[in-house]
Amino acid sequence: MIRRAALIPAIAALALLSGCGAKVQSAMDPAGPEAGRIAGLMWFFIILVSVIFVVVMACVLYALFRGPRGIEQEPLERTHAPSTATEEKLTRNVTAATVATVVILFGLLVASVVTGRAISSLGTAKNGITVEVTGNQWWWYVRYPNDIAQWTVVTANEIHIPVGRPVQIRGTSNDVIHSFWVPNLNGKIDLIPSRVTERWIQADRPGRFRGQCAEFCGLQHAHMALWVIADPPDKFQAWMNAQLQAPQPPGDPELQRGQQVFLNHACVYCHTIGGTSAMASVGPDLTHFGSRSTIAAGTLPNTKGNLGGWITDPQNVKPGNHMAVVDIKADELQPLIDYLESLK
Amino acid sequence: MTLPMEPAVRDIDVERERENLKRAWSSPGGIWGWLSVTTHHAIGMRYIVTAFIFLLAGGVEAFLMRLQLSRPDNTFLSPDKYNQLFTMHGTTMMFLFAVPVMEGMGVYLVPLMLGTRNVAFPRLNAFGYYMYLAGGIFLYWGLFSNSGPDAGWFAYTPLSGPMYSAGKRVDVWAQMITFTEISAMCVAAELIATILKMRAPGMSLNRIPLFCWSMLVQSWMVLFAMPAVMIASTVFLLNDRTIGTHFVNPAEGGDPLLYQHVFWFFGHPEVYIIFIPALGMISSIVDTDTRRAIFGYPAMVLSVVATAFIGFGLWVHHMFATGLPQIGEAYFTAASMMIGITSGVQIFCWIVTIWTGRVRWSAAMHFVLGFFFIFVAGGLTGIILAAIPLDLQVHDTFFVVAHFHYVLIGGALFPLFGGFHHWFPKFTGRMIDERIGKVTFWLLFVGFNLTFFPMHLLGLYGMTRRIYTYGSEMGWDHGNALATAGASIIAVGGILFIINVFVSRKSGALAGANPLDSGTLEWATTSPPEPFNFVLLPVATSRYPLWTLPKERLAVTGVRSDRREVLVTTVMDAEPRHRYPLPHSSIWPFISALLIAIALTGSVFAFGWYYIGFIVAAIGLIGWFWPWRRREARS
Repeated sequence: MIRRAALIPAIAALALLSGCGAKVQSAMDPAGPEAGRIAGLMWFFIILVSVIFVVVMACVLYALFRGPRGIEQEPLERTHAPSTATEEKLTRNVTAATVATVVILFGLLVASVVTGRAISSLGTAKNGITVEVTGNQWWWYVRYPNDIAQWTVVTANEIHIPVGRPVQIRGTSNDVIHSFWVPNLNGKIDLIPSRVTERWIQADRPGRFRGQCAEFCGLQHAHMALWVIADPPDKFQAWMNAQLQAPQPPGDPELQRGQQVFLNHACVYCHTIGGTSAMASVGPDLTHFGSRSTIAAGTLPNTKGNLGGWITDPQNVKPGNHMAVVDIKADELQPLIDYLESLK
Repeated sequence: MTLPMEPAVRDIDVERERENLKRAWSSPGGIWGWLSVTTHHAIGMRYIVTAFIFLLAGGVEAFLMRLQLSRPDNTFLSPDKYNQLFTMHGTTMMFLFAVPVMEGMGVYLVPLMLGTRNVAFPRLNAFGYYMYLAGGIFLYWGLFSNSGPDAGWFAYTPLSGPMYSAGKRVDVWAQMITFTEISAMCVAAELIATILKMRAPGMSLNRIPLFCWSMLVQSWMVLFAMPAVMIASTVFLLNDRTIGTHFVNPAEGGDPLLYQHVFWFFGHPEVYIIFIPALGMISSIVDTDTRRAIFGYPAMVLSVVATAFIGFGLWVHHMFATGLPQIGEAYFTAASMMIGITSGVQIFCWIVTIWTGRVRWSAAMHFVLGFFFIFVAGGLTGIILAAIPLDLQVHDTFFVVAHFHYVLIGGALFPLFGGFHHWFPKFTGRMIDERIGKVTFWLLFVGFNLTFFPMHLLGLYGMTRRIYTYGSEMGWDHGNALATAGASIIAVGGILFIINVFVSRKSGALAGANPLDSGTLEWATTSPPEPFNFVLLPVATSRYPLWTLPKERLAVTGVRSDRREVLVTTVMDAEPRHRYPLPHSSIWPFISALLIAIALTGSVFAFGWYYIGFIVAAIGLIGWFWPWRRREARS
């Protein structure tokens, strides 16, 4: 009866854990080999420690509610300790429990180290690609390096990867320490200024996987998200080709006006748009801004309405962020939005 | 009046001894006298009361954060306020509540348990308390003047550095550390000296009460750990910020990971500095409330000592995500898991003690049982965190928040509340209301699990720490709503505890010297103890001197009662060596602390205060050690 009562919270915990289908980012819903191995190890640990918890609690309850057998003859009021025979029996029990603890912990240590080794060996595959991620307060600079300079792609807050290929994330930071974490794909890696750290990720199924900065980095730590978009290889290649294409000067007069608004305002002091005179690198590269799904590092969906609100008052949605308020007149705003959204 | 516990001693006029001692240990009245007090009960109780006030402050901060997180996209707190609150919450709980309250319990109880009259360095004790108080006031003055620290209680560089944290906020944090570390070092030094050299005759190392053992081990840990945080916060961070030293500034070739190493070399032992005294409290409660000696005394002592040693070898498990080489990391996994062995041994020993004892269902015992439930759960999630692949997923998520609240609230706060209920009769002379104590326990226990259990799941579902808000699409609503509801229950339990303490202190039943029939020496004197603790210094004939028959109890004679004199005994076997006069009460510890506090505060604002600090510190110490002619010497 007592044991069953103690099992209820453990079962409830497991039930809650397994019902995790609908979570946006979850370590328990792996989409790649690294996260898969970790989730497997996690389940092993959770089940084992739950059993240990139940056993220990059962022992506590048994110790409390059993009759004081075996020591009635020895009134504790006088001696305050049971007989030597009882104490010896207890010593054997405690020793056995301690030995069991050591054995279990050693098993868990081996399981942990073996899994760690297996995960790090995944990264040595030959067909891997490298993505450089640089943390900034509060957005992600993303670069696909290539020996040929024109084939290098720069984007922000979105990482496209091909399904089934290992991807090496090489991380650093421009300001404070951030941490790159996409739970469905792998554990986190800190992005540390003056250092380069790396972590391999791989997606085995197409999908959109959310990540979030995991190291406290200041006022807008809460709004520093990114998306990893895993596509089949051909779709990934198509995306890559689109990113490599130099943007055409807009033909539409309204869009031309929008471009002029951008180039004539303070926007150019922070942002780059390929093929124009805007070449600053303080803020995210906007060359293919229209192809991205979110703005402000995963804070808002990339719609014209949200973009208008963001440009007009960036401190409203993301107070404290480093985007300046630029004085854009009412009749200039719509062309600017249309122009930015046309940058596919 | 002769206490029932006191042995019948022939040829000594006990009443005259008592009168002499009263005169020798009296302190001047008034505010001046109140600030001059150096008896360990007064200072210990001031630590405890001050720490509980900071617990209340830290609790309010936590509750405000829970309100902000109770629903998605909440705008109750701005990110700036939220960041200040979580920094203040962590800093308050670690530096202004948990460590000082354990030190306060130690300062109050250790001399009583050892059968002596005061701590070894009474004035240092008073000085330490005033430094702590000044540090706490300094930090909250910062918060209320919009300079509350906002870079986290760990203040990682470069975020906390001059580039990214302008203003005085982080300076206030770093200098507050200086205050509280000075205080902690003072207590550690005096407790080590007291426990090793001032035990009752006969109290050899294998008879020291387990609580005193844990305070001894904790004090050694303080001596080794606290200098590390002073290097991190004062030498590295504060100097980088105020005089541009670039120790940990990556922009100038400094290393931010160096800061993390040094900080966590302190930071992890800090957890055991909080938790080890709590283990001693559990032993005190369990032996009294099961009517039997703790099983496996040598194993208990060795486990605590081993925990302290291992505790210095696993700081890197806070840094697994920084990308350190794998071979070294495996070592830290193994070391972290070893804590499971030393904790396990102690848990097993308590379980078999209860198994073969006669349990008294006191409020204190309820808190001990709550400790078993919560701490074992927290320890087991700690094993998960020690495994690197798992840690890389849950590090810096709410899973970790859940884990360390399980180990710190379960492992330290519940035992502390249990200990407070247990020793309340000794502190106040009156019994605490046990029924209300049990209701308090159930409110805290249910509220705690409701608050922190869902956080495990939130962490696995990707909710990172230290975020002031989250979107509704993340699926974190229910867990957070539940956690906030649980926090309200904790708040009700806390209020009930405060009411119970005040009502019982005023109108509880009179306790007498040893109402619970405990075995250790703190129960051998009046409740509350007189300033000199014992009329005749006791002799320890066993681990539980009060559980021996009265006719077997012995007392020390030949120590002067007309001045503040104690007996110094040998380290191993506690054989009497010589008599040692303790200093009289003095205002100088307070004045020294005040002058140094002013200098430390000023040095945050202008470098010149360093020079002023040297001068005023010298003034304070000269006054302190000046051979003033004493009143009692004349009379």
